Parts: sequence; C-alpha cells; structure tokens
Amino acid sequence: MIGLADLALLPWVVALPLGGAVLSFVLRTRAPFVGLVTALATAAAGLLLAAQVLAAGVQRHLVGGWGAPLGIDLQADGLSALMVAMTAVVGLGVSVYGSAYFAGGNEDTAHQRAYFWPLWLLLWTALNALFVTADAFNAYVTLELLGLSAVALVALAATPAALTGAMRYLLVGLLGSLLYLLGVGLLYGAAATLDLQQLAQAPLSGRVAAVALAAITAGLVLKTALFPFHFWLPPAHASAPAPVSAVLSALVVKASFYLLLRFWFFVAPELASAVLTTGLGLLGAAAVLWGGLRALTAERLKLVVAYSTVAQIGYLFLVFPLGLGQPEGFTAWGGAALLVLAHATAKAAMFLSAGVILKAAAHDGVSGIDGTAQALPVTIFAFALAGVSLIGLPPTGGFAAKWLLLNSALASGQWWWALVLIAGSLLAAAYTFRVLAHAFTRLPGDPPPCVRSRRLEWSALALAATALALGFVATDVLELLRVGAPVQGPVLMERAP
Amino acid sequence: MSAVLAYGLAGAALITIGLYALIVRRHLLRKILAMNVVGNGVFLVLVALAKRSAVPDPVPHAMVLTGIVVAVSATALALALAVRVRDATGQATLDERRGTAAEAGRGRDVPG
Amino acid sequence: MPLLVRFLAAALSLAVGGLVAWAVLGLPESAGLREAVTAQMDRSGVSHPVTAVLLNFRGYDTLLEVAVLLLALIAAWSLRLAPPGRSPERPGLVLRELVRLLVPVLIVLAGYLLWLGAHAPGGAFQAGALLAGAGVLLALVEVRPLGATPPFALRLLAAAGVLVFLAVALLAMWGGRLLEYPPEWAGLLILAIESAATISIGLALAYLFRGDEPTTHREGGERT
Repeated sequence: MIGLADLALLPWVVALPLGGAVLSFVLRTRAPFVGLVTALATAAAGLLLAAQVLAAGVQRHLVGGWGAPLGIDLQADGLSALMVAMTAVVGLGVSVYGSAYFAGGNEDTAHQRAYFWPLWLLLWTALNALFVTADAFNAYVTLELLGLSAVALVALAATPAALTGAMRYLLVGLLGSLLYLLGVGLLYGAAATLDLQQLAQAPLSGRVAAVALAAITAGLVLKTALFPFHFWLPPAHASAPAPVSAVLSALVVKASFYLLLRFWFFVAPELASAVLTTGLGLLGAAAVLWGGLRALTAERLKLVVAYSTVAQIGYLFLVFPLGLGQPEGFTAWGGAALLVLAHATAKAAMFLSAGVILKAAAHDGVSGIDGTAQALPVTIFAFALAGVSLIGLPPTGGFAAKWLLLNSALASGQWWWALVLIAGSLLAAAYTFRVLAHAFTRLPGDPPPCVRSRRLEWSALALAATALALGFVATDVLELLRVGAPVQGPVLMERAP
Repeated sequence: MSAVLAYGLAGAALITIGLYALIVRRHLLRKILAMNVVGNGVFLVLVALAKRSAVPDPVPHAMVLTGIVVAVSATALALALAVRVRDATGQATLDERRGTAAEAGRGRDVPG
Repeated sequence: MPLLVRFLAAALSLAVGGLVAWAVLGLPESAGLREAVTAQMDRSGVSHPVTAVLLNFRGYDTLLEVAVLLLALIAAWSLRLAPPGRSPERPGLVLRELVRLLVPVLIVLAGYLLWLGAHAPGGAFQAGALLAGAGVLLALVEVRPLGATPPFALRLLAAAGVLVFLAVALLAMWGGRLLEYPPEWAGLLILAIESAATISIGLALAYLFRGDEPTTHREGGERT
C-alpha cells in the first residue's frame, strides 16, 4: 500500500505542466481542452505535495540519482510547499477563467486562445520548477523560463501599450537574470557547489561571497519590482490580458521574492547586515506609500490594480528587518508568507474581475465603470471582497498576515514599521473605495448591456473567497510553514518586558 | 597575468561597457546588443572560474553552454518583439510616443 | 540623453564592473567539482566531461533549457510577424550555387558533431546550430527549411526535443528517480535525446531567424 509519503511528487509538479504545455502547442485545435486537463492535474499534484510535506516533513528528490553537488536535487520544505500550493489554487482559477476569456469566433481570439495555453503552462512549469529546486543554477534556468513566458503572455494583447510594456519587462528581466547568474557563478567560485543546502553550510565570508550576494540581491530586487525599480511593472501588468495580469501580479513577482528569501534566510543569513535589512525595509516602506498614492490617482482601472501590486510588494520586504537575524522571527516569517498567499489570491481575483468589468465598461478609465454594479453584481462583489483582503480587514487572510507583521513590529521594538502598515491599509481602503464608488454609481436608464459569462464571474469570486478563507485556515498554513523554517519562535510574540 | 585574471577582468570590463550602453542607448537594437555584451561578460567570468585548475573544471563550462542557449532564446524573442514594437508604434525605442500617427510609416529608428 | 544620466550610468557601470573585478582578484584557488565529475565518468555513458555534466549529471538543467528554446519559438510565433519580404529579383547565381553546395555539407557536419559529442566538444547544441545555419542559407534563397511540411508535423518536430527528453526522464522513474539512466543504457539514451534535440534546436533557430510561422495556405484560410 503506497502511502502519501512514498509518492515521488516533486518531479511530477514540473513534468505535468511541461508535458501539457508541449502537447497543447502541438495539438493546437485541442489546446483549451489539453490546457484545462493539465491545469487540473498540476493543481492536484501541487496540493498533494503540500499535504505530503505537512505529513512527512521536508521532501527531497535526487534527480538522476547523483545527489548534490554533482547532480541537481529537488526539495520541498514548508515554504516551497506553500508556494506550490498557492500556484495550484491561483493557477486553477486562472485556467478556468482563461478557458472562457479567450472564447470567441474571430481570428484574433483564436490566435490568442491557441497560444495562451502553451505559454501559460510553460509559465506554470517554470514557477513549480523554481519553487522546488535546490540548485542555484537550476533556479537561473527556471527564472529565464518564467521571464520569457511572462513577456510573451503580456505581448499576446498585441496593443502598442502591451508590446512596449512587454519589451521593457523583457529588458529589465534579462538584466535581473544576468545579475543573478553572475552572483551564482561567484558563489560557486567561493564554495565549489551550486546546491542551496551545501551553500548554506559552507563558510561564506570574504569579498567573493559578498559581491555574489550583492549581485543576486540586485538582480532579484529588479525582478520583484521593489521601489525604485518598479517602473516596469505597472505598464506591463496593466496592458496584459486580464488572466495574464492576474498571474503576473499574483505569482510571477513572488517567484523572485521567494528566491530572495532562500538566499538571505537560508544560505547566507550571517552576511546580512543591519544596513541591508533596514535598507530593504525602507525601500519596502517607500513602495507601500508610493504605490498606494499612485493607485489613488491612476486613471485606468487596471493601472490602479497594478500600482496596488507595487504597494503590496513593499509590505513583503518588511520581513527583512522584522525577521532576519531576529531570535524569534517566526512571527514576521509567518506574516510575510501569509501575505504572499493572501495577496496572490486577492490580487488575482481583482484582476480577473477587472477583466470582466472592462468587457462591459464604456472605456478602460476608472470612470468608465460607472453603473457596472447593476450589471455585474457577482463580479463587483468579487472585486470588493478582494479589496477587503488587500486592505487587511478581518477575517480575511490579508488581515491575518498584517496582524502578524504588526505584532512582530511592536513586540520587537521596531514600532515605526507598524506606521507603514497602517498607512498602507488606509491608502488601500482609499483606492478600493474609489473604484467601488464608481461601480455603484447609478446611471440613468437601464444598465449597459453586456454578455455575462458564468465561468468568468465565478472563477474570480472563487479566488476572492479563497482570500477570505485564508483568514480561517491561517493556523494550518503556519503549521505547514514550520516545516524546515529558518527562524523559530511563537506565532504571536510577547512584547519584551 | 594568469588566465583566470585575464578572463575575469575582461568579463568585468564587458559588464561595465554593456551596462552603460544598456542604460544610455535609446534604440532597442542597441539595448539588445548591450544585453548580449553583459551576458558575454558574465560568461567570461564563469570561464575564469573553470580555469583556476590546470585541467579545466567542466561544471562552469556546462553553465556557460546552458547560458548561451538561454541567451540566444532571449535575444531571439527580444528581436521579434522589437520588430513588433516598431511596427506598432512607428519607432524602435521605448520612449513615449512623439509626433502623430502619420509618422508611424516613416519609422524613427535612428540609432542613438 | 542628458549629461547627468550619462554620468550616473557611467558611475553605476564602473561600480558594478569594479566590484566584479575586485571579486575576481579574490577568487580562491579551487578545482571546483572537477574531481567529483571525474570520479563518476565511467557511469555516465559518455567520455567527455562537459557532455557528461550537461546530459547526465545536470541533465535536468538541459531539459529545461531545451524547453526555453522551444518557448522562444512559441513566443516568437505568437507575435505574428509578417513573412520575410520577397526580394524583387531572383537570388544571384553565386548564392544559389553556394547554398546548393553548402547545405548538404552542413547537414553531414551536423551529424558528425552530434556523434562526436560523446567524446569531444560537440553535441546537440552545436549540431543544431549547424542545422540552423543551413536553414538560414535556405532562407536567403527563399526556400523554407523542410519545404511544404504541414504545420502540425513542423510543430511536432520542433517539440520533439523536449518530448523525447521528458519521456526518457519520466520513464527512468519506473525503476529509479527522474532522469536516472540505467548505467548500461546511458550512452544510448543520451544519443537518442541528443538526436531529437538536434533536430528541434536546428528547426527552432532556423524559424526564429525567419520569424513568421508557416501556414498551410498562402492567404487567408485556417491554420491547423
């Protein structure tokens, strides 16, 4: 009887989407069917992996049977499992949405439909491969797979704005990857291994390791769009097709952030100076405020949502001053991970609902959505629910995450970060209500006619509901996160006496 | 100067030149070329790593080979995208659109 | 570009390059993983260390990398570039004769490099690049590589590299782990993977040079 612990799931979370992607490319006319089946299988494998890690601890798979440092290992600890599960849930929602979004008769939508599936499944492959790899160079290859597929998906919209946004995204992404590769090469030069676990155990001091970590950090910070390197994100995320925007904001930016966590919390925490942690925290704070302000004044609906991503990414970087080098940093660690999940589901829901709204709206400006609440009640409700999680109101996942971060800030004596959290929530409330106010405007006469697609509306709502549900299962999520966590401590900290 | 230093410092020089051109040059083709120069600089540093022993270390060589294929793929996509950007906006830069749509046909791809 | 931006860019570039140079000057003496590779060479199925690393020890990287190249092709085709313009006059006599001579030579050389990869520098990527060169020459005389092959077959050939590699990788899990070749079969499996990859790489690079996706009909019509 094969138990859950005996299943070799790690290769399958990569092989399934890869095989499905290639099949959906070859079998062009069957692409949506192949795509949906693959999405179901991949999501199932991802969720099973999370269950396996929760039950049986850290999973490791030695590809080729060689073992590090000669071969490449795949590994899933609590953080990886959480990322894979997040990708599974959001990926499934986006896939269902995408199967309806690109439906249609004309040649353009047929072309988009044929190419969406191979590109999206290759992106999913890259995400899963990145989250389960234990090899620093392998992570580079997955980063490139991720970046190129994301760029192609943005360009699928074929508008001038999308094409220029995609081009800028590509150039910035490539620079980031090259800096990362430089850093990985230098680390190999210092430690003669590419395996993350072995790098963690190697004594990393001296100039080579320092320059290496600097290059890696610079490259990954570029790809995560941390202020002031966020300039490429709003044009790219706002002009992409709606399901693509959802994937970009919810998942793709989290991949490079995940690698930052891996390198700083696992590989080289001893190299983290107060200058680094405070610096990252300050840039994060600036992102929260700047992103929130730009979201408040943005003219186009999707631009509001894109700047909201810039702001929410800023919160994530608070994990560095609050968690790195702190003896009881698990509160911050848990808060950041929970925020990654909550933001992923909420932001995906927000972009998916925006996609539905824009199909019915008069134009893509914020004022163009006047009256849509009457026509699209389910979608507006999904948008509002997502907004509630982004603001951080109970009982959503966003609230649980911010509560943990707030607690960590106050208990460790770094109370100024708490101000950032509060200011960010106020800004989020402002720009969410701004959008909703327009949606609930009553237009004279009948609501604008629009074709309603059940699949589009309900997949957006399902993701928003997941953001809400995260608040209720937060303790289980944290329990999974404990597996292989780099920092210890209670979930909620007591203030030091 | 040892081979390691020669390759490594050459790589650093390429990275410097490429990074400057990437930031300063406006034409997309120049930016893509600059990116390739930076990439080659990084590969040279990897080759330097391999040359530290008398019989070269094969792992950095494999990394460079993989890196070259990835760089070629990325460059191919970048070039195709640049062509589309030029067709769609009439200019081969990432700047804000200048002039009217009537200029789109002319193509303002003056290398700069 | 304003002078201030140029100055800042120069300062930044020099700083980055300087840091890299500083790190290079401080690199420790090390043979890296060379000994680990040499120790396992006889179980790898090939006799060239770089090929062993690429196709066996770190074959998972190569699998993903072949997928990246396929992705570039899919992405370029998704952009719907126009076909390369036909020139008003026929390609010159010299070019035509040169292509007629060179293309078969390139194909033979590609096969040779593919075979050579097991014990000397060579292998799928180098061979695929030669094939792509042949494809570029054909494009210069406005002949499509592989002529009137139906688009479905073309997509299948382009995907063959990834498909064969993935199939071998997953089949290996029957008795072991992902990509764990049985040692006595390793050489043969590597050759099979490299052969499929060579064709795919050559096709992908050649069509990336052209940019447009081949369709069944010249104008209008359904793409299958």
